[in-house]
Amino acid sequence: MTKFPVWKYLIIIVAIIVGLLYTLPNFYGEVPAVQISSSRSSVQIGDDLIKKTTDALLTQSVQPQGEVFDGKTLKFKFKTTDDQLKARDIIAQTLGDNFIVALNLISASPDWMSKMNANPMFLGLDLRGGVHFLLEVDMDAAIKKTLDKYVGEIRRDLRNNQIRYGSVAVDNGSSVLIQLRDEATAAAVIDQLRKDLPKLQAVKDGDTNVRVVVSPDEVQKIKEAAVKQNILILHNRVNELGVAEPIIQQQGPERIVVELPGVQDTARAKDILGRTATLEVRMVDDDKPTLTQSLNGNVPVGEELLDEPNSDGSMTKLLVKKDVELTGDNINDAQAGFDENGSPAVNISLDGTGSSIFKQVTGDNVGKRMAMVLVDHGKSQVVTAPVIRTQIGGGQVQISGAMSVQDANDVALLLRSGSLAAPMNIIEERTVGPSLGQENIDKGFHSVLWGFVAIAVFMCIYYMVFGAVSVVSLGVNLLLLIAVLSMLQATLTLPGIAAIALTLGMAIDSNVLINERIREELRNGQKPHAAIEAGYEHAWATILDSNVTTLIAGLALLAFGSGPVKGFAVVHCLGILTSMFSAVLVSRGITGLLYANKRIKKLPI
Amino acid sequence: MEFFKIKKDIPFMSYGKLTTSISLLTFILALFFLFTRGLNLSVEFTGGTLMEVQYSQAANLDAIRNKLNTMGLDQATVQNYGSSKNVMLRLPNKKDVNGASLSNNVLAALKIEAPDVQLKSVEYIGPQVGKDLVNSGLMAIAFVCIGIMAYLALRFEWRFAVSAIIANMHDVVIILGCFAAFQWEFSLTVLAAILAVLGYSVNESVVVFDRIRENFRTIRGGTVSDIINNAITATISRTIITHGCTEMMVLSMLFFGGASLHYFALALTIGILFGIYSSVLVASPLVMWLGVSRENLVKQTKRKEEAVV
Repeated sequence: MTKFPVWKYLIIIVAIIVGLLYTLPNFYGEVPAVQISSSRSSVQIGDDLIKKTTDALLTQSVQPQGEVFDGKTLKFKFKTTDDQLKARDIIAQTLGDNFIVALNLISASPDWMSKMNANPMFLGLDLRGGVHFLLEVDMDAAIKKTLDKYVGEIRRDLRNNQIRYGSVAVDNGSSVLIQLRDEATAAAVIDQLRKDLPKLQAVKDGDTNVRVVVSPDEVQKIKEAAVKQNILILHNRVNELGVAEPIIQQQGPERIVVELPGVQDTARAKDILGRTATLEVRMVDDDKPTLTQSLNGNVPVGEELLDEPNSDGSMTKLLVKKDVELTGDNINDAQAGFDENGSPAVNISLDGTGSSIFKQVTGDNVGKRMAMVLVDHGKSQVVTAPVIRTQIGGGQVQISGAMSVQDANDVALLLRSGSLAAPMNIIEERTVGPSLGQENIDKGFHSVLWGFVAIAVFMCIYYMVFGAVSVVSLGVNLLLLIAVLSMLQATLTLPGIAAIALTLGMAIDSNVLINERIREELRNGQKPHAAIEAGYEHAWATILDSNVTTLIAGLALLAFGSGPVKGFAVVHCLGILTSMFSAVLVSRGITGLLYANKRIKKLPI
Repeated sequence: MEFFKIKKDIPFMSYGKLTTSISLLTFILALFFLFTRGLNLSVEFTGGTLMEVQYSQAANLDAIRNKLNTMGLDQATVQNYGSSKNVMLRLPNKKDVNGASLSNNVLAALKIEAPDVQLKSVEYIGPQVGKDLVNSGLMAIAFVCIGIMAYLALRFEWRFAVSAIIANMHDVVIILGCFAAFQWEFSLTVLAAILAVLGYSVNESVVVFDRIRENFRTIRGGTVSDIINNAITATISRTIITHGCTEMMVLSMLFFGGASLHYFALALTIGILFGIYSSVLVASPLVMWLGVSRENLVKQTKRKEEAVV
């Protein structure tokens, strides 16, 4: 038997030390923490903020157990969840709106470990509880919305250039049709639009009509922009919900994945994420005879009947003009508060354009009623319809009506975080309660543990010393696999744990191959040392072949799998790689240590 | 200790006709169940809502069913799982019902009668997603087959590639047949198990093929059938020990893994058992009938050795 080279021993030792180091954080457990991050890029977290928060906590006699600051988020550790909850309220009060304060759990491992990025494995939602959503952006609506905007631009342009038009409207969902008086005007319109709105393609449609089409490139751009804007807005909304480690990612051209660990109130989360609320300010038609007629079914052109909720929950019909004076796009900020009567209200501050439009509208319509309409999922509802008593300048608007404090908070949140570019539908949802998460961890852990014990006992009995060597190298395999998973911070799910178990069960194959081969060589009359040598050498080619085929299956799962399958595939592939290392190199190293310099008559195998 | 002290080669190849006909029979039976009963696909594929709720006392399933009926959800299935306190609700997707809000409405309705009911998990899959999953599942199987065949053809020879893939695809069909026959739930994790086991049983064939190739080089004389018999006999001990060990792990998952891993472990168990059978007793006769000979392999290995040196 040739001597096992020193450099290979070195590799094994280094691998085991690194493996131990990165596996260790998984055993420390977690402590409750409060996580603070900035909600605006202009506001940074710094030393003074850390000091300010710590002081605030100490004056209220809540003792933080240390803090972790990674340049972006600041986390305070606490002894108990009671302290954690108290601390969250104190911190939220002290810091105000510019920061997101969320509850979190962080590893209790010592600081020097986290400093070298040795963190516990990242647990998936099925192991720690939370919600997973897959949202699909309604692209038809996104394009319609853009076309609506073009209609406004075209109208304004024609009006500014004093070109008279019959109508400008979205036609069959993909183009805008402008109806004009005669051919000459149509030609003039095309010229004018080419000059003023060059991104639009205006073509003649019949003698007196002009059609504005959107190019496929433009459609593509609209779609991409819609997904991007929705992701941005989802970020804002999730931040407002106070989730510690949310994941919001694009998946495919039209889909967005949102994962909110630890969120239990899925009804509210769903509501906030999916809502497309925009605020519209429109005028109310209070003419009594027209209203009666409308209630009988004769709604005048350009007006519609909308519901206004009363404080007792019933609805009153209100006749509202379709012309929108002002939209939520002009909102700078929205806060929940109370009106002069002490009922819940939303205070809105408008931007420059919004303020001047609002001033003009209120000035022109003193004595009339104005409706604040909340458009949500295609449904319009009047929140409140106050009488305009005087012109309102300054851009501060308050809306109050029949709403609860929670309603006011939600409306404010939605108005503040902006409106979605297009509505989204939830096409997949997974919710896992926290108790189920812990159950899954325990079940997965027990599966691996007892399976490993069973294999270990069997191997030791069947192959004796060589069985023990196999078990040690299988243990090293497990160690390395967990270390690699912790290092990569790959998401561990229940199927992932199943993959750990399965990979271990399959990895023992390599050792069985080697041991059987050694036995066979001995049977053929080889000397012990030569048998070990030949066993390892012959088995290697087979091990390589068989692992490659398993790896092909693993890669296919990785490439085409989604959700639970992906979690399985990642661990499976990594496990195959670590098993090749440990089964061949590690076990060979140990056998070398045991037998290299000894004379042996009979191998204990 | 040693279980298998086999002195003489077992004439596996002379049973070749028998073993392959048994295989063919099970295969046809599996196909029969697949076509007559079909797979009991999980919500992941069909779309729909799966809810798990927990009551503090034994749940009254009839009351829950009635409640769902009054909500117009008469196609819902309600059953216990794990214990009498845990209830699983399966609600199919409906055209005019918004699936995403369905689970909230159902939970609210259940809470009216039993305020203590707790939501353990929800899984909602819209109709769009299910189709994608079926497609990507089929793609994955195709990718695995092509990948493995290409590797085996490169490493050994096309005859080995073809027989390995036939033997192992028939395992897949048999697993599917079992799931159809007993109407076990076929979910994404089960699909993952099947693909994993596919890679795993191919590796079984690889071990035997490796030995066949080696025998062609080392054993002078002897018919092809003798050489294959020797190869299988030499590897049978390792085959059974390895699969036994893997099966121990799988059984551990079956016993300790709970409901979520139950069918996963079951699929693996069937896959492992049939994997041994087919990769040894089906793949090898197929190789022989496809007309493998010493020349096919020895030439190949020589070229490989040169490449290594």
